[in-house]
Formats: sequence, structure tokens, C-alpha cells
Amino acid sequence: MSDREHLEGEHFMSGDEACSEGAISAGCRFFAGYPITPATEIAERMSDRLPEVGGTYVQMEDELGSMAAVLGASWGDAKAMTATSGPGFSLMMENIGLGVMLETPCVVVNVQRAGPSTGLPTMVGQGDMMQARWGSHGCYSIIAISPDSVQEVFDLMIKAFNLAERFRLPVLVMMDGAVGHMYEKVVIPPLDKIHLVTRRRPDVPPGEYWPYMPDEDLIPPMANTGEGYRFHVTGLTHDERGYPAMDPEAQDKLVRRLVEKVERHRDEIIELEEDGTDDAEVVVCAYGITARVATIAVERARREGTRVGLLRLITVWPFPEDKIKSLARQVKAFVVPEINYGQISLEVERSVAGMARLALVPHMGGDVHNPATILEAIRQVIK
Amino acid sequence: MNVLAVTDEAREKHPLEDYLRVDRLPHIWCPGCGLGTILGAFLRGLLKSGLTPDKVAVVSGIGCTGRVAGYIKLDSFHTTHGRAIAFATGLKLAKPELKVVVFSGDGDLAAIGGNHLIHAGRRNIDMTVLCVNNFNYGMTGGQFGPTTPETARSTTSRAGNIENPFNMSALAAASGATYVARWTAAQIHQMEKSIIEALLKKGFSFVEIISPCPTYYGRMNRLPTGLDQMRYYRSNSVVRHGANPNEVGAGTNGQIVTGKFIDIERPYLPGPRDGENGG
Ligand SMILES: Cc1ncc(C[n+]2csc(CCOP(=O)(O)OP(=O)(O)O)c2C)c(N)n1
Ligand code: SF4
Ligand SMILES: [Mg+2]
Repeated sequence: MSDREHLEGEHFMSGDEACSEGAISAGCRFFAGYPITPATEIAERMSDRLPEVGGTYVQMEDELGSMAAVLGASWGDAKAMTATSGPGFSLMMENIGLGVMLETPCVVVNVQRAGPSTGLPTMVGQGDMMQARWGSHGCYSIIAISPDSVQEVFDLMIKAFNLAERFRLPVLVMMDGAVGHMYEKVVIPPLDKIHLVTRRRPDVPPGEYWPYMPDEDLIPPMANTGEGYRFHVTGLTHDERGYPAMDPEAQDKLVRRLVEKVERHRDEIIELEEDGTDDAEVVVCAYGITARVATIAVERARREGTRVGLLRLITVWPFPEDKIKSLARQVKAFVVPEINYGQISLEVERSVAGMARLALVPHMGGDVHNPATILEAIRQVIK
Repeated sequence: MNVLAVTDEAREKHPLEDYLRVDRLPHIWCPGCGLGTILGAFLRGLLKSGLTPDKVAVVSGIGCTGRVAGYIKLDSFHTTHGRAIAFATGLKLAKPELKVVVFSGDGDLAAIGGNHLIHAGRRNIDMTVLCVNNFNYGMTGGQFGPTTPETARSTTSRAGNIENPFNMSALAAASGATYVARWTAAQIHQMEKSIIEALLKKGFSFVEIISPCPTYYGRMNRLPTGLDQMRYYRSNSVVRHGANPNEVGAGTNGQIVTGKFIDIERPYLPGPRDGENGG
């Protein structure tokens, strides 16, 4: 291994740079993308770093092609990723759906900027959280995670590749322009301290292999291209052999499994951070950069004597509804600040199911919340 | 009906049987469609090329032609409409020892996937694209597309197409392909030979195969059966190797110039490596 394969040690870098380094340390060896602010630095660093570690950087003609190339590379035995922002994320949705259907491990990073459309190209937003969940057509489950610091970007890139390889699907890393462009200290641990997962391979000979025959955990082993398995995979509804099966029964069986393979493993997937929620009367629920801004409001409210907890969603999808439900039985109210007009707050509302009050603190983007606004929402909601 | 019972032992094995998913037959293609003929030529060409079949991957987009991937018994991918070349680009770059073949329709490659086609040519990605040009969107019921000849009728141009068609071979050549040939489905041997050359060519090789779609294009343009269309191709096509692809449009209202138009060397991606399957 060359010493460039894993930059162990202390660094001062941006979230976008840490994203690339996390990917490299996770074993990512293929990047396909199309430049877009505020994700461009990820592509730039990958174009430098991948050749150093025997990987491939390809700059595609658009994000439709980028996402398709990432899937192709994953079937070519590479841990593969792309990085984009809102406009590109929309274009990737088509083949994120194919990734779900073909059960293709890969990582898609969205360094969110403020939309809709071209919006504020260089400035922070969190408006793609529902698109992450529902953006491709049809019915499926997805995994999305959201870092709030440069160190966590590094850590979550490793987690993202591990989840993708384990569950065979595109994992979405929902960064934001603030975290992407922020510079902070990052500690890259020694490689033997990093747990890496790789896709399960079939343990049957080619003649006996069915590409979509799942193991007990609902995840089918994935054959490698060019090893004589002669598999067929299709975006059409298919049976366990991978053959098109044009009937409602096959559809039911396949889609249920695609959803269940995520939902059944919620406990394994979901990661949350809680601070002072045990005896809280109010819980602020936030993710990404907004969670850090919320910390300031939470501290001020505590100084005012309010028992406020912070629930930080590291995993956003699948949504940690059980956690919210159990907190809802204990607290008076939830406060949900996010840089959009209310997306994750809808999920909180659904999970709370009337058991507690809820205050959305929307912010349209371009900058982060003023902590005073969140503090005021905390004051109002317990009045 | 008189059904002849043939036991497994008595049945003579089809020479391509090992490379077809016979458990998926009968296929979905219409009687008289050119796709079966072209698939046969591809598989024969592949076996004659000397490439290791297990190191060949086929990628298709969506359409009647896109279904080819599902009948070929090799590692095969049926992807999204237009994205076959982009998917194949990732596959080839990640695993250069594979020979990657894209098998797709004219609509898939020239309309929704046109951007990927020209950029794959520009990059000169080492892959072979087999473009089945039936002058329309067959799968969705015979609408006009970017290759439909001017004045030709389709289910969305009943009074005659008013748009100017793409010349697929010229488009591939202009984009930078190192090998470009055009044949009709009636020229089976030339097509097969060209497929072998394309498979063994380094860089972006492109074979356009003009194919009958009797169900839609043919029926709407006074060539109602596959045989009518094949006869038309036979009597209206000429072979002109080395012809300037810009000067040899293809359609069903004039002469169809066929042949090998381009066969050049140019640096390609990914660069040459040991153990590569691709001659
Ligand atoms: C994004 C998208 N748009 C439209 C379609 C519908 N569609 C399926 S096949 C097809 C046209 C295929 O035409 P062509 O590539 O020429 O293949 P042919 O059927 O003629 O072989 C279209 C428009 C689709 N599947 N996906
Ligand atoms: S619609 Fe046309 S292209 Fe499609 S199978 Fe029928 S004849 Fe062939
Ligand atoms: Mg067509």
C-alpha cells in the first residue's frame, strides 16, 4: 500500500476535502461527476487523489451520465461515488432508482445549496431532504445520513460506503454548503482502526447462482462481472433469477423486499446523537449545520432555566420515528429548525402524532439560522 | 395442431444455445422484426472474434432493442433509457479487462442518450456500440424519432415527419469513433464481419444496423411486412467502403449506402493494459 492511500494523521481541511478523504479511506476507487458548487472541491480532490491510489476519476457530460457511470463502475467491482448539489441531484434521481432496483452499492453526496432551481448556487440550503427520500419514481426505501462537522464528514463517508456495501443500494450523504466549505481539524485514524465492509459475494458456482435470491437478511449476494456468472440484471420488475417478471405478484415480492431490507435493519442503520433529552421538556430536533446552530440556542435556553434537549439526526432516512415517538410521550414540545420550509418537520409531526406540540423554524437558505430565532421558538412553544 | 415431440437427447443443439437464455424464449419481438437476425449475427461474430465470452459484458438501454441484453447469456445489463453508454463507461473504466458492448436502439442512443454517445466518441472509450436503427421508437408504438426520414409517417407524424433526421454513422464519426460501419439487417455476412472487426477494434467502435420494424415503421410507410422491408433494403442498398459518412445518409426514401466508413487509430480510454479482453 502506498502511503498516499490513507492519509493517517491530523489535518486541517474543508468538509468537501474530508469527504474525498473519507471516501478514499473507505476504499472508494471510482468517481464520476459533473462540476457544481458547492460540491466541486470533492471532484477536484478526487481527480488528484484517485490516480494516486490506482483509482479512476471520470468527468461525465452531465449528472444523468455520472450516476449511470457510478452504477456501471460498482458492477465493475469498484467502490464508486459521485458528488453534486441540488440541480445535479435532480438529474441523478433517474439512475438512483436504477441503483435501488439493481441493488447496486454506491454513494451519492449532495452538498446542498439553496433552491429551487439554480437558487443561490454558492450558499447553504437543506431543501433536498424529501427529494432524497422520494426523488426517484416508484416505491423504495433509501438510506440518507447528514454530517454536521468536517470530522463527521470523514467518518460518515466510511459509514456510507459500509452501508452501501452491506445493504446493496445507493447511500445518500446529505451535506450542506456550510459543512462542505467549512475548514476544521480532521483526525484520520490508522487504517486498522477503520472498520470496512465489502459486498457479499455468491458462494455457489455460476450455474447455481440467481442474482436476486436473497439471503435471510433479504440481501442477495452480488456476483462480480467477468467471472463467468453470466448474470442478467434489469431495471424491469424481476424475479430471483433476475429475469423480467411482468406481473403484480413479482412486483409485490420485489418491492416489499427492497423496502424491507432497509426497514428491517433500522436498528443497525440508525445513528442519533442526544444531548440532555432524558429530562427534557422541549427537544430540538435538527441535522447537518443546523444542529450546530441549534446548540447555541439550546445552551441559551438552558441558561434561562428551560430543560431543553437536542436530538441530532445523523441518520435522516430511514427516519428514526421510534425515537421521536418515545420522546413525544415525555416532552411538551419539539422544535425543528431546518433550512427549508418544513420537510423533516413533517416526519417529526407524523411520529409525534399529536402527543406533543411542534414548532417548525423554517429558514429559506443562503445563510444559517440566527440562533435567537430558534431560542424564541423554544420560548414560545412551552408558553 | 400437430405437435412434434422431441426428446432432449434427440434434439439437435443450436450452435448459439450456450449464449442464449433459452429459458426465456419465446422472445417478445414481433414476427418479421430484424432484431433476432442481428442478435444471431452478434453472437456468431463474438464467438468467431476469439474474445473470451465470460469477459464480455453487454449493456442495453430501453426499447425493443434494449431487450437484447435479456436474451444474451453473458453478464448483461438492461439499464435506463439512453444511459447504456454512460453505464458502460463506468463499467469499462472500473474493469478494463472486460470487453463492453452496448446494444441499443436509435432512439435510445441518438435522442435521450445522444449526449452520452457523442461524449463516449470524443473520449474514445474502448467499447463497441451496436445501434439498431429501425427509424422509429418501436417499443412505445412507432413514434417518429431522431432518425426518422423526412416525410416518413409515424404514430406521431401521421402527415409525414417534418424534422430532419440524424445520420447516425456520421454522428459517431464526427464524435471521434475509431470504427464506423453501417449495414442493413439484410446483409448478414457483412454485418457479422463488421461486428468482429468492431469487437476487436481499440477505442470507440460503432456499427449501425438498419433493421425492419414491420409492426410500426414498415406498416405506416408502405412496407407492411418484415420481408417487404428486407427486400427494400436489399434492392436499395449499395456497399461503398471508405465513403465519407457525411455524404451517406440512410433512410427509406432513397439509396442506403452501407459499408465500413471509418477505421482509424486514436488514443483511447482506458489505456492498454495486460490481460485485456479486446484483442
Ligand atoms: C426516461 C424514459 N422516457 C421514455 C421512456 C419510454 N420509452 C421506452 S422505449 C422508448 C423508445 C425506444 O426507441 P429505440 O431506442 O429506437 O428502440 P426500439 O424500440 O425502436 O428498438 C421510449 C421512448 C422510458 N422508458 N424512459
Ligand atoms: S415493434 Fe418493431 S422493433 Fe419492436 S419488436 Fe416489433 S417489429 Fe421489432
Ligand atoms: Mg428504434
